[in-house]
Amino acid sequence: MLEIKNLHVKIADEDKTILHGLNLTVHDGEVAAIMGPNGSGKSTLSYVVAGKADYEVLDGEVLLNGVNVLEMEADERAAAGLFLAFQYPLEIPGVATMTFLKAAVNAQRKKRDEAELTTPQFIKRVNAAADGLSINRDMLKRAMNVGFSGGEKKRMEILQMALLEPSMCILDETDSGLDIDALRIVADGVNALRAKDRSFLVITHYQRLLEHIVPDTVHVMSGGRIVKTGGKELALELEANGYRDYVEAA
Amino acid sequence: MTAQVTPIRTETERALAERLRAAPALDSGARIAERREAAILAFERNGLPSRRVEAWKYTDLRALMKQAAEPAGVPGEAEHAAARRLPPALDIDGCVTIDIVNGTPQGTGRAIDGVTIRTLAEVAAQKDAVLEHLGAAFEERSDVASGLNLAFLRDGLVIEVAAGRKVETPLHLAFAAIGAQAFATFPRVLVVLGKGAALTLFESHRGSAGIAYQSNAVVEFVLAADAEVDHVRLDCGGDAALSLSTLAAKLGDRTRFESFNLICGPQVARHQIFTGGPGAYINLVLQGATLLRRQQHGDVTLHAIHAAPHGTSRELFKTIVDDEATGVFQGKIVVDAIAQKTDGRMHSAALMLADNAAMNNKPELEIFADDVQCAHGATVGELDQDLLFYAMSRGIARAQAEALLIESFVGEAAEFIANENAREAVMEHVRHWLWERAS
Ligand SMILES: Nc1ncnc2c1ncn2[C@@H]1O[C@H](COP(=O)(O)OP(=O)(O)O)[C@@H](O)[C@H]1O
Ligand SMILES: [Mg+2]
Repeated sequence: MLEIKNLHVKIADEDKTILHGLNLTVHDGEVAAIMGPNGSGKSTLSYVVAGKADYEVLDGEVLLNGVNVLEMEADERAAAGLFLAFQYPLEIPGVATMTFLKAAVNAQRKKRDEAELTTPQFIKRVNAAADGLSINRDMLKRAMNVGFSGGEKKRMEILQMALLEPSMCILDETDSGLDIDALRIVADGVNALRAKDRSFLVITHYQRLLEHIVPDTVHVMSGGRIVKTGGKELALELEANGYRDYVEAA
Repeated sequence: MTAQVTPIRTETERALAERLRAAPALDSGARIAERREAAILAFERNGLPSRRVEAWKYTDLRALMKQAAEPAGVPGEAEHAAARRLPPALDIDGCVTIDIVNGTPQGTGRAIDGVTIRTLAEVAAQKDAVLEHLGAAFEERSDVASGLNLAFLRDGLVIEVAAGRKVETPLHLAFAAIGAQAFATFPRVLVVLGKGAALTLFESHRGSAGIAYQSNAVVEFVLAADAEVDHVRLDCGGDAALSLSTLAAKLGDRTRFESFNLICGPQVARHQIFTGGPGAYINLVLQGATLLRRQQHGDVTLHAIHAAPHGTSRELFKTIVDDEATGVFQGKIVVDAIAQKTDGRMHSAALMLADNAAMNNKPELEIFADDVQCAHGATVGELDQDLLFYAMSRGIARAQAEALLIESFVGEAAEFIANENAREAVMEHVRHWLWERAS
């Protein structure tokens, strides 16, 4: 369960406040969507929750399963069950995808006092997950995300999510840059991970993704705040009317 | 009238000049004797280079060489035993290894078909014709390091590969510098490849920890047409050592020469690379990684001359600088007027891990031909914070995420090492360095 209470955030080295008292709760097993116009602070929210250093929290709390994560380093938050699928996944030249995935999985297992996976165990697990997401196994030998297409990078994010088995998944515009086939593969991958002890916060600009990943709740974000909360029908209303009303409301 | 300049000499320079005159010359013929005398005269005239000497601008040898250490004698049983106790810098199967302790080869290794290996002392005594190649790849008169090496030369190795012989077994020269107090050693290796010959040569350098020894090594290659060399050098010298190294290659037509250099150990290291003609269609690949911390100083200086048309050269050097260390890269590609169609690309990239770390980057092109493709670049950067966050958001702790990124930074250069075992050995040194950094 993720609870965000009265979150005020500014850019660390600029006098620019982005989140203005944001409140949001995502319950266990819930799939919540955040929709909002560009620049409303959606990525900022996901980065702040995940622990990026570029921001300064002025006020508020972020509780993951009841624990305030704001003092934790990003890796500790990940070990506590948080996962962020990046809007723009980064390329890591010189680090093979398989090497990176193994480092991540074993780092988390270590923090949870679980035994490290052996290489054969690990490869078996990765291959199975990759096949499910139609990721070519050859890609796993290449440097992480280097030269991958937009769609391949997004699938690689979901692959990591599947391997790391987080309890709270934040997906930042995972649909952007995907064609309809890739969108379906990614959505199927996410839907397969839905579980009663796993929550999702799906950030998107368009309603399209929510036809494939059907949310329990929809929040509208504007001007660094949640300005409206409703059921999945709210997404359709936004699709029809745009964000105009909410931008003015903010 | 020009005023006679009486140079002011440091104590080290005065003592070194005395040692030079006292050092016994290896009797290797009139040509070498002449060159040796010229090197000594040059030293008497110029002394050690300070930062006013362009080639040593960032490595002030006059300041860094704190004493004229006594040249090591022929090693005894104690030195051999100590050499055996040092952890190996390169420990891979399938090589023929020759140990060289304080410049003296311990035998000439298991026989390899088509390869003749003799000691320099032996070759000199025989006045063998191969001596004509000694020093043929460069000019030591204008270079103090190789000049001192020649002046103090006592012994070394001469390796000849017969024409057409493509040697599969890598040859590993395991240098050890052993002593209980400051000393100097001047190892020398001459490698001559006949037409169409091929050789993989590894050099590893280690030495007594905590001892301010001075190693001044010269390894020179002479390649006849169509010859090929894969060379990997690991400088894991002692933590108080001053390690000077000169790698020289004289390249014939259509030769391929690839060299990777790792600096990971000495207090002060300078690796200089001189390559030159006469060959057309040469294929030259020079790469390396320098890992520096504390107050270490690491310098890679290369001078590649394209003296004939259609040559290709690729240079990529990575420097990692932590704490208060100083890195230096000086690279110069010279393209002679007749060397049309030269394709040269040189890049130096430094990764700074601390605020007080310093890097001096000086890549240069000197082009006298008009139809060439040459480029050079130099970058100095820090670890990418966004990449670090990306890795950490996957649960990888900061230190490990940093290590992963640093390893990949070095890996970009090391991945071109053709011999897989040697490549893995280089990366193993990098990982060990990172592990020490984190602990
Ligand atoms: N690191 C940053 N430095 C400066 N401005 C930023 C930074 N991150 C975000 N912003 C600004 O904050 C606002 C919200 O951005 P963002 O969170 O990316 O919105 P969204 O994801 O909803 O499009 C934008 O005006 C953006 O330009
Ligand atoms: Mg965004």
